Amino acid sequence: MKLTKLTALAASTALCAPMAFAEMANEMTIVSWGGAYSNSQMKAYHEPYAAKTGVKIINDESSAEAVAKLRAMNEAGNVTWDVVDVVAADAMRLCDEGLALEIDADTQLAAAPDGTPASEDFGELLVSDCFIPQIVYSTTFGYRTDMVGDTPPDDICDVFDLEAYPGKRALEKRPINNMEWALLCDGVAKDEVYDVLETEAGQEQALAKLDTIKDSVIWWSAGADTPQLLADGEVVMGSTYNGRLFSVIEEQKQPVAMLWDAQVFDLDGWIIPAGLSPERQARALDYIMFATDTQRLADQAKFISYGPARASSAPLVGKHADLGIDMAPHMPTDPNNAKNTSLFNYEFWADYRDDIDAKFQAWLAK
Amino acid sequence: MADASNSDAFVEFERVQKSYDGETLVVKDLNLVMPKGEFLTMLGPSGSGKTTCLMMLAGFETATHGDIRLGGVSINNIPPHKRGIGMVFQNYALFPHMTIAENLSFPLEVRKMGKSEREQKVMRALDMVEMGAFGGRRPSQLSGGQQQRVALARALVFEPELVLMDEPLGALDKQLREKMQFEITDLAHRLGITVVYVTHDQTEALTMSDRVAVFDDGRIQQLAPPDQLYEEPENSFVAQFIGENNTLEGTVKEITNGQAVVQLDDGELIDCKPVNVSQPGERTRVSIRPERVEYNKERLQEGAHTLKAEVLEFIYMGDIFRTRLRVAGNDEFIIKTRNAPDQTRLKPGQQIEIGWLPEDCRALDA
Amino acid sequence: MSDTTQSGPVLAADGTPLKRSLARALRMQKLRALMLVAPLLLFILLTFILPIADMLFRSVENRIVADTLPKTVVALQGWDANSGEAPDEAVYAALAADLIVAVEAKTHTRLGTRLNYEMTGISSLFRKSGRKVKKWDIAEDAPFKEKFVKIDKDWADPEVWRTIQTYSPKYTNGYFLNSIDMQKGVDGAEARPENQQIYITLFQRTMFMSLVITFSCIVLGYPVAWILANLPARSANLLMILVLLPFWTSLLVRTSAWKVMLQQQGVINDVLVWLGLVADDARLVMINNQFGTIVAMTHILLPFMILPMYSVMQTINPSYLRAAKSLGATNWTAFWRVYFPQSVPGIGAGSILVFILAIGYYITPEIVGGTKGVFISNRIAYHISSSLNWGLAAALGAILLVVVLILYWAYDKIVGIDNVKLG
Repeated sequence: MKLTKLTALAASTALCAPMAFAEMANEMTIVSWGGAYSNSQMKAYHEPYAAKTGVKIINDESSAEAVAKLRAMNEAGNVTWDVVDVVAADAMRLCDEGLALEIDADTQLAAAPDGTPASEDFGELLVSDCFIPQIVYSTTFGYRTDMVGDTPPDDICDVFDLEAYPGKRALEKRPINNMEWALLCDGVAKDEVYDVLETEAGQEQALAKLDTIKDSVIWWSAGADTPQLLADGEVVMGSTYNGRLFSVIEEQKQPVAMLWDAQVFDLDGWIIPAGLSPERQARALDYIMFATDTQRLADQAKFISYGPARASSAPLVGKHADLGIDMAPHMPTDPNNAKNTSLFNYEFWADYRDDIDAKFQAWLAK
Repeated sequence: MADASNSDAFVEFERVQKSYDGETLVVKDLNLVMPKGEFLTMLGPSGSGKTTCLMMLAGFETATHGDIRLGGVSINNIPPHKRGIGMVFQNYALFPHMTIAENLSFPLEVRKMGKSEREQKVMRALDMVEMGAFGGRRPSQLSGGQQQRVALARALVFEPELVLMDEPLGALDKQLREKMQFEITDLAHRLGITVVYVTHDQTEALTMSDRVAVFDDGRIQQLAPPDQLYEEPENSFVAQFIGENNTLEGTVKEITNGQAVVQLDDGELIDCKPVNVSQPGERTRVSIRPERVEYNKERLQEGAHTLKAEVLEFIYMGDIFRTRLRVAGNDEFIIKTRNAPDQTRLKPGQQIEIGWLPEDCRALDA
Repeated sequence: MSDTTQSGPVLAADGTPLKRSLARALRMQKLRALMLVAPLLLFILLTFILPIADMLFRSVENRIVADTLPKTVVALQGWDANSGEAPDEAVYAALAADLIVAVEAKTHTRLGTRLNYEMTGISSLFRKSGRKVKKWDIAEDAPFKEKFVKIDKDWADPEVWRTIQTYSPKYTNGYFLNSIDMQKGVDGAEARPENQQIYITLFQRTMFMSLVITFSCIVLGYPVAWILANLPARSANLLMILVLLPFWTSLLVRTSAWKVMLQQQGVINDVLVWLGLVADDARLVMINNQFGTIVAMTHILLPFMILPMYSVMQTINPSYLRAAKSLGATNWTAFWRVYFPQSVPGIGAGSILVFILAIGYYITPEIVGGTKGVFISNRIAYHISSSLNWGLAAALGAILLVVVLILYWAYDKIVGIDNVKLG
């Protein structure tokens, strides 16, 4: 065991060397995804917080490997991160592994301006005891308006229709979402999808449906892939996060439009790593209290088209800070966009992820 | 000099020039005729053009101008592997990944010779250089002298009529070199092959060759048998380059009956043989071999001019005495005398008079 | 000489054996040498040897079950997994006792994650049970069997108990079995269902593609190295900079550049369509498949082939070729029989370098590999950073390590490892 600790220490110092001295001064390391998303957090949260408290915030763009790195740091007994931005599924796994701090929403998070307690304001989005939701984003499709003729796709099943919409599609290189969409378009009712997907036969059925378009799919693993493929005209349609599509459409003015049908909501938010010193933990909690209040969450939507996780923030969403366009119609939660939606099934995928992923990868490699 | 109709001619260079950069000539107007069976050495300082000539003959360099003929046929456009010329390289160039026998077998294999015949010839060639027991070894397992013999055997095994040797003994120690000098000449005469041998070692050139071509500045300065070269150098470069030589500078006073009187720069007169001076008043450099200088008056001709000299140094060298004198302002005047019972040993500081036979003193170009 | 061999060990002047005397004299020297290499040794130990040892250890380590459920593991020993019935109350009581402790320490969910690798659904079973068990009292709430089954009927499923029993030893070969598409079944090791078999395929593909990449590096690199070695120094240096140029740009940029070149709306296809060689609706698919991976990786690894070949070729004296030609060999024979054999050590060194780098690559296959061009390393990376199944990742890595060592051994047997030179 000593051996393990030692190597984990070596590994984690190698991985996180730049942050090794973060604890020294009045500063904190906040981990996020980088790119436009980190920028929006910097403008909406970090800058006002630093102005208010004088704490220096160090940005780390490691969210994609957050779970693995936190596990390594924890084994080494040297956690160098103070606040970490992760998707809800990762937050649940960190909570399961005891790597994240449990939060009591009503005492440790700010209430809404009208006094509604945080637990009610966030509502059912508090999917894990350790998770403080920040935004709602959706995984949905965009398509090239110049490559679909006069009848643009408006149904998720158009993705599987090679005759009406010939050309390549971009799908994420993992089973999550793809399996559900395949079943929906293979005649399974929406409320039975997970009952079917639980069974061997259901998994076979989903893969069989995906098989019909397998040759026309480019599989992506980074969120930036689909926007690029769409911009290059490599694919006629592709799935990705709605914020990425927003920037292709509104910022880069590419001939791309959204297909909101059957979009899958997912949550992104904060966790505080377990095992921080009391002083650092207090500072992290103070930051969280500030950064997730109603106004701050609404502010973030000025910079990126993701919906705030608090109900009380929605009315405060205004215009994009640079483009000056109204952000509400670009929110996945806008009634016009949210006609047919579902929420990421955390419980199901926590159990079936390993199993179905093995089958999915075996199917891909065939 | 060159005569294309010469029926004796085996190797011919006619007005050959070579330039690498298009600005300077490394070989200037080279003419050379070699009969079959001759052992000819190209001798000269480095950069004199001798190796370039050898490489042109071998086919590794092309002549910029002029004609090279082998057996009356121009070989300018024949690639090296079709010239059938054996070659021994300075570093032996034995193929390190082949055994000795394979090295020897190589030229026979590329000539598509049958296996048994090949083995026979290889064995015979190895026996010829007394290396019959080493056929199975690798070159790196042999000493320098042994490698030299193998290289020789390899160059001879396919029975070429012409063999080129590029400073083949340069890497050997003195004793071995002398032994190999003898073996090579012996072998060459026994087999009746024609050899062009390149070296910068004059002893080697004098002891081995039928004729020596002295190279300097891209030209043959003199082409003659060794004794003639030593005793009758045609210009001051050859006189200086071959053997040890004393030079005195002066002006021609008169020339009568094939004998000249030269006034040295300090006013003294000496008798010489005019070689490349033709009329009084010309500047000349007079050359006398150290062993032809006499200081015993009884051995000098009646009425011969003598010079005053001061002994500076006496060196006992066993078979000979070597004495350094100051003569006509020249501190480096050397005389060599045989260690004979009747010989006087000079002492430093002693004043003597020296002289020589007029035909031993050659008045050359200044 | 002969008398010393007969009269035993040679003695030094003071009567001690010469060997010992010499060893003493050399000790200081050795100590000094050791001190000089100590920092590097320590560095390698910490950053290379220990992590590898740790990885090998993780690939068999399985303490978590016995550590989290110590009483249950003992109680389960008497249960016959093939009986088709759930174990009796004693086991459930032990489980309750263990879980109460585990929930307190929050280790039950971690165990759930571990066992979920082997049987889907255990993760949520443990999470769900943990919430309820928290409120139980071990003394008063017995019997527990019904209570557990009430939480979730899966607790009555013998399969769940079989999984716990199978993975209760502190060390397991389960990860390794998984790595070769097998699993622990009722009667020992058995093949996985066909629709889950992937690792053997990936290992084979990784080997095959790495060989193809190595081979294309040889074919493309050899002439370049030859030219480099035979050019005058000034031009050779310039060309060398061109060879090294790829090192100056990031790996990601280079790979992405290949994407721009090779994709269907990319530069090469555009040129081909413009030239009329390819119809606009039949553009070539050159990326997101094996071809794209081979092209991009050959480009990236080419310098590792050229450099050792170049440095070996530089040591080959040009007089060998001249000698061969003077002996009557044509240009080709001289090259093939004389030059090429001497350049083999460079090819060997380059090939080992490129091959070993190639089988461990994952960024490039991930970006341009599509589905048919991914390597085993992509799965290892996935298990390290996404599925967190580090045991499986370690087992896959260990197999890869063994494969490399076997190939190295085979190379030594066939070509000879002393026949490898870096210059």
